[in-house]
Amino acid sequence: MAKVTVDGIEVEIANGSSVLQAAEAAGKEIPRFCYHERLSIAGNCRMCLVEIEKMPKPVASCGQPVGDGMVIKTDTEMVRKARRGVMEFLLINHPLDCPICDQGGECDLQDQAMGYGSDHSRYTENKRAVKDKNLGPLVKTVMTRCIQCTRCIRFATEIAGVPELGATARGETMEVGTYVEKALTSELSGNLIDICPVGALTSKPYAFVARPWELKKTDGIDVLDAVGANIRIDARGPEVLRILPRLNEDVNEEWLADKSRFAVDGLKRRRLDSCWVRRDGKLHKATWPEAFDAIAGKLRGLDGSRIGAVAGNLADAESMFALKELFAALGSPNLDCRQDGAAADATRRDFYTFNTSIAGIEEADALLLIGTNPRHEAPLINARIRKRTQGARFPIAAIGAPADLTYKVEWLGDSPSLLADGSLAFLQVLRDAKKPMVIVGQGALARPDGASVLAAVWKLAESVGILLPDWHGFNVLHIAAARVGALDLGFLSGKALPEMLGGGVDLLWLLGADEFDTAKIGADTFVVYQGHHGDRGAARADVILPGAAYTEKNGTYVNTEGRVQRSLLATHPPGEAREDWKIVRAFSERVGKKLPYDSIEALRARLEQANPVFARLDILPRFGISDTTGPAGDATALGSAPFAPFVQNYYQTDPISRASPTMAECTESVRATLAVAAE
Amino acid sequence: MAEHHAGEDGFVQPAHFAFDAESEAAIAPILAKYPPSRQASAVIPLLYVVQKQMQRTADSRWVPRAAMDTVAVRLGMPPIRVYEVATFYFMFNTKPVGKFHLQLCTTTPCWLRGSDDMVAACKSATGIAHFGETSADGLFTMTEVECVGACVNAPILQVNDDFYEDMDAKLTMDLIAALKRGEIPPRGSMIGRQTSAPVGGPTTLTTLDSPPAE
Repeated sequence: MAKVTVDGIEVEIANGSSVLQAAEAAGKEIPRFCYHERLSIAGNCRMCLVEIEKMPKPVASCGQPVGDGMVIKTDTEMVRKARRGVMEFLLINHPLDCPICDQGGECDLQDQAMGYGSDHSRYTENKRAVKDKNLGPLVKTVMTRCIQCTRCIRFATEIAGVPELGATARGETMEVGTYVEKALTSELSGNLIDICPVGALTSKPYAFVARPWELKKTDGIDVLDAVGANIRIDARGPEVLRILPRLNEDVNEEWLADKSRFAVDGLKRRRLDSCWVRRDGKLHKATWPEAFDAIAGKLRGLDGSRIGAVAGNLADAESMFALKELFAALGSPNLDCRQDGAAADATRRDFYTFNTSIAGIEEADALLLIGTNPRHEAPLINARIRKRTQGARFPIAAIGAPADLTYKVEWLGDSPSLLADGSLAFLQVLRDAKKPMVIVGQGALARPDGASVLAAVWKLAESVGILLPDWHGFNVLHIAAARVGALDLGFLSGKALPEMLGGGVDLLWLLGADEFDTAKIGADTFVVYQGHHGDRGAARADVILPGAAYTEKNGTYVNTEGRVQRSLLATHPPGEAREDWKIVRAFSERVGKKLPYDSIEALRARLEQANPVFARLDILPRFGISDTTGPAGDATALGSAPFAPFVQNYYQTDPISRASPTMAECTESVRATLAVAAE
Repeated sequence: MAEHHAGEDGFVQPAHFAFDAESEAAIAPILAKYPPSRQASAVIPLLYVVQKQMQRTADSRWVPRAAMDTVAVRLGMPPIRVYEVATFYFMFNTKPVGKFHLQLCTTTPCWLRGSDDMVAACKSATGIAHFGETSADGLFTMTEVECVGACVNAPILQVNDDFYEDMDAKLTMDLIAALKRGEIPPRGSMIGRQTSAPVGGPTTLTTLDSPPAE
């Protein structure tokens, strides 16, 4: 530890910290453009200059390590003058287009110019102009505004792992770009918009849409993958305009994946905003009572065993719980939350969660991926794995279809039989590791022999010492945001989805379930679709009940780690649509099985009674493992079909992203890139 | 990435680039200098090899983009890192140049010793109007460069890899006339100076310390 004095305040800080960090520890804010705490230090903007006693010149505090006894001054005339000088140079080539710049109102340069800018310019020469670059459908560039802090270059290279951005030429002709015209091939490219301190990189779909001070900001949870990224939903009036990440060191740090950020325009399209009832083969608009009557009429006389419910991937825990209780009241045990048919053993929580935790990846020292492409299934978890690879040695091997994961992976093959192959050299690596982990993806579980794979992975984990009293290295990576919550509250009993299909039930209630082949539903099965988008499920439905999307309801979601998080309502559902648990509650009254709650608080209290994990908000205690009994399944009955990629198209995986024009453009852009690469 | 088009600057980027046998011979000892995990350190020497090969095969010392990609693959580094280096150093031409790349030093010592005359002579002999342009016959490209580190024999006119020293207007005209005829005059001082010794021969250390024994 080093003892330093910042503006008369004594602070103690770890050796190797920078002067800037010491100043922050003392509560002094240092202006900066190029410095970013999650990126390497560049030291090229010079805005963070401070005065240090016994040093003759101002010092860039971001790159200067602290020394014991240093006396740092952050607000002297010398410092102010130096920063004013830096600001004047930065503004020489920066255009005065704040009124038409999307960064306006949330721009570091604008803010700092208030503190250190001059009221007039002494510069009379021509300003520099730089050609805009095409970085694809998500990031808009106005490169004349670039102050060459190189944050974007460092982010792409270090965090995203796609070293495609660079600074070409030099001096006045230096430009940030890709040199060759190409879209960025990253699922994290939207974060470039956040880290750009000026308006050089802004959101393309959000261009000229709104000013930050017009927006109502609501804390939410992302549901487009199972990471449970913390988001901020920015809405104006009834419309969600954009989604930004919220800091959560344990989950998403300060990043957000592109789908979660940019699929927001899908919330406005193909929405279900009123009830529909099918009569004579055609869907007709209906009122809530009419729709309820239609369902109640069908239910009359039906045995509980002849009805079933399927929960979709975006469902909140409250609505699933209410639906489960309704079905219990109707005498039906037939509930399934796995449209993909992924094997799950819900008897013990650690059989289906990401037990190491996302932050725990950083402690691990060896990793085996099985049937998963985390880059497409959970880009933020992939970024965390990549972050770990940037540190000390971290051997990674994978069983599955080879793909570029942005870090070095030893591909062992794609056959399930490898799980039982004790001669794999990598097993020794896992045995030698102190904190090894294994991640099994849906590509390995959503197959006929899924239960065997799950059991075999557990057995493999146990045999190489991954399951320890103080370290749980067994991880299931989910894709569906609703899955862990559904398993926690027991939305898996009676007939499974395949048994409900083909006439296995007479009434099928789909709670936002669109990810299975609806053509397999029996022709005589009466289908109720409760959801927010007119997608596959709604197309097959006999009655449509318009529900709320994740930005339009207060909901509880459990991420793949098993972390319980709550999302708040940002806007109201459109038209006649209602929050989903309320729909179920209202219908329960119609059929005389009134559920015992009238408020979401009462529902949640009951939910917490049913499973106490729902009371443990945001916190994720980590457990080791003492009982190494594995999940059900015959570990020797592995199939021979190779593990195939589970996510075919990262940008379109759910009704919201399928309705999003931006995601369609990304899909097209990726397709075009692949076509060029194939040439 | 292998499209064949005339870029906005009006030149064609070759679709492919591959090192020839002579280049490969030059590359092997360069790569041997760096450990396997640090091959990227060889990027600058390899870009020089590219330019030399382009001179041999296309009479134009430049680095096409396809060649940068080839270098990137060879050194196991992202292409953008090669683009950054190639565009940073003015020793690498990222667009085609004439057969003779005239690099005129106009930094202070050369300027004091008459580089302006050299520049004017170059312009009139080649018909080039401005720095950065190529003559109509495609033989010459004129570039203004910063100090090339031979100030003792200023001014310096560098033609491709060779320094022609102690230039003046007439010597420049003669040199360019000779290049046009296809001759390559010997490099070095153009006024007969021995390396960088004083003009007319050494003025010190002309005798041994002690007189020779009788």
